[in-house]
Amino acid sequence: MLSPSEGRINWQGANIHSLGEEYFTQLTYFGHRPGVKDELTTFENLRVAAGLSGIALSTQKAAEALQKVGLAGRESVPARLLSEGQRRRVSLARLAICTTKLWLLDEVLTALDKTAIAFVGSLIEEHLAQGGMAIVATHQDLELSRGLTQRLELTK
Amino acid sequence: MLRWIVWRDLILAWRRRADALSTLFFFVIVVSLFPLGIGPETELLRSIAPGVVWVAALLASMLSLGRLFANDHQDGTLEQLLLTPQPLYLVVLGKVVAQWLTSELPLVCIAPLLGVQFGLSNETLKILVISLVLGTPVLSFIGSIGAALTLGLKSSSVLISILVLPLYVPVLIFGAGAVEASIMGLSPSSLIYLLSSVTVLSLIFAPWATAAALRISIE
Repeated sequence: MLSPSEGRINWQGANIHSLGEEYFTQLTYFGHRPGVKDELTTFENLRVAAGLSGIALSTQKAAEALQKVGLAGRESVPARLLSEGQRRRVSLARLAICTTKLWLLDEVLTALDKTAIAFVGSLIEEHLAQGGMAIVATHQDLELSRGLTQRLELTK
Repeated sequence: MLRWIVWRDLILAWRRRADALSTLFFFVIVVSLFPLGIGPETELLRSIAPGVVWVAALLASMLSLGRLFANDHQDGTLEQLLLTPQPLYLVVLGKVVAQWLTSELPLVCIAPLLGVQFGLSNETLKILVISLVLGTPVLSFIGSIGAALTLGLKSSSVLISILVLPLYVPVLIFGAGAVEASIMGLSPSSLIYLLSSVTVLSLIFAPWATAAALRISIE
């Protein structure tokens, strides 16, 4: 993800290795594993994630983000009691609060239901409309408005 | 940012306090077995006390090191930590500080009580605590390198011991030596100074090495 097996990754003209943390201030990554701590509550998970990315997150904003991803009323439930899909929604809430330019989303739709998939689509569209970028790798269908996106199909 | 990591790890440790408690109990039991096994020979007990307490502290810290990064690695939060917009040095520092507070500080606090079983004088108990306060951070810092290097490996706990215990030797010698000097009525200050220098060195260099090791393990 950070050191390619071939070639180089540039961000705004500079190699990401020389940019270091500067690149990470622009990046939000969503990986295979949701990155949610079992022992923390939904709310705490989101707050820690925001704090570590340097985002000041008010309780109000956090509640809104959790409501957006469909976790309203579960703010103080420990993440270990959530289902797999719900845990991924906690992680998705990070996308709703982050202010970064580039999103790397790896299999972001896994374990999500139809409404959640539609929500992810709208989240990405909103992000693109604001001038953001997103690289999405997925095996499921994700309908995005055509104008802003490019689709690469990888075959063996 | 540093405080978020420390805060997070302290809360996690509190919600999983059985882990931290098991380290503490291990330390207490190992140290307490010696007086029971050897019998009430005050002179002998007093002379082995520094070594016993320090070796038990080294072994106890082995128990908690395996968890330092493994849990975060499993649920994917380590990836997120590596991608946060701050030097990885600080992330590691925060995690090690939290590990010291939850796993090593309780050992330091209970050590004087265990020292009494060995018939140590008040003055010596004071030196024991000072040497542990200075020495246990080194255990956490050096241990974090081993924990990062063995991340994701199958027999990581055994590997950590093999990697890290030899590196603990200077701390053990200086730490136990200071307490021993105090028992024999000599001034332990020179050994305490040496121990402090090891602590400062590990504080400066270990997080950096751990960060490099983490990057290798994650890639």
